[in-house]
Amino acid sequence: MIDIELAFENLPPWAALLTAFCVFMGAFLTLTGSVGLLRLKTFYERVHAPTLGSTLGTGFILVGSMICFSVLRGRLSVHEILIAVFLTITTPVGFMLLVRSALYRDRVEGNDNVPEGNPTPGKQSAPDAAVQQD
Amino acid sequence: MSASFLPADWPFVVLDWSLFIAQLFLGLAMACAAYRLILGPRAQDRVLGLDTFYVNAMLLLLTYGIRVASTIYFEVALIIGLLGFTGTVALSKFLMRGEVIE
Repeated sequence: MIDIELAFENLPPWAALLTAFCVFMGAFLTLTGSVGLLRLKTFYERVHAPTLGSTLGTGFILVGSMICFSVLRGRLSVHEILIAVFLTITTPVGFMLLVRSALYRDRVEGNDNVPEGNPTPGKQSAPDAAVQQD
Repeated sequence: MSASFLPADWPFVVLDWSLFIAQLFLGLAMACAAYRLILGPRAQDRVLGLDTFYVNAMLLLLTYGIRVASTIYFEVALIIGLLGFTGTVALSKFLMRGEVIE
C-alpha cells in the first residue's frame, strides 16, 4: 500500500488544486443527480436525474484522475478515456431499453400519467392499439 | 513567507479534504440509490436505482484510487461499468418480455 503523503509529495500545488476542484465538482453533481432520483415524483421524471451523475459527474472525476496521474507519472495518462467513452455509449442505450419496457408495462396495465406516442414505431402491438383507440 | 496565515502545504490539505468530502458525497448518493433499489414503488424504479448505484460505486472507487495514488482501482471500476450495463440491459429485457434469452 502506498502512503498518501509519499505519493502526493511529487505533485505540484496547481495540479493538487485542480484535482481537488474536479473531484469535488464531480461528486457534488453526482449527489445532485441521486437526490433527484430520490425526490422526483413519477418514474418518467426520475429517469432524467441520474444521467447528471453518469455524464458530468463521471466526466469531472475522470478529468481530475487524468490530471493527477499524468502529473504524478510525468507522462500522459489517458486510460480514463476508456471509462468515459464506454459510459457515454452505454447509458443512453440502457435507459432507452428501460423506459421502453416501463412504457410497455404501464400501457398494458392501463395506468394514468403515461406519456403519449407509440413506443415502437412501425410495430403495432395489441396494448398500443388499445391505447390509441381511447 | 508571504501568506503567513496559511500552512506551506495548503494545496495538499485542500486536496485531502476535497477527496474526503467527495467520498462522503458519493456515499450519500449511493444511499439515495439504495433507497430506490430497496423501496422503489415498481420494478422499473428498482432497475433505475441499480443503474445509479453501480455508477456511484464506480465513481467512489475512482476517487479512492486517486486518494491512494494507485491505478489498480481503475480496472475494478472498468469492470463494474461493463457488468453494470449488462445487468441493466438484461433486467430491462426481462421487464419487457418476461424472459432474458428468447
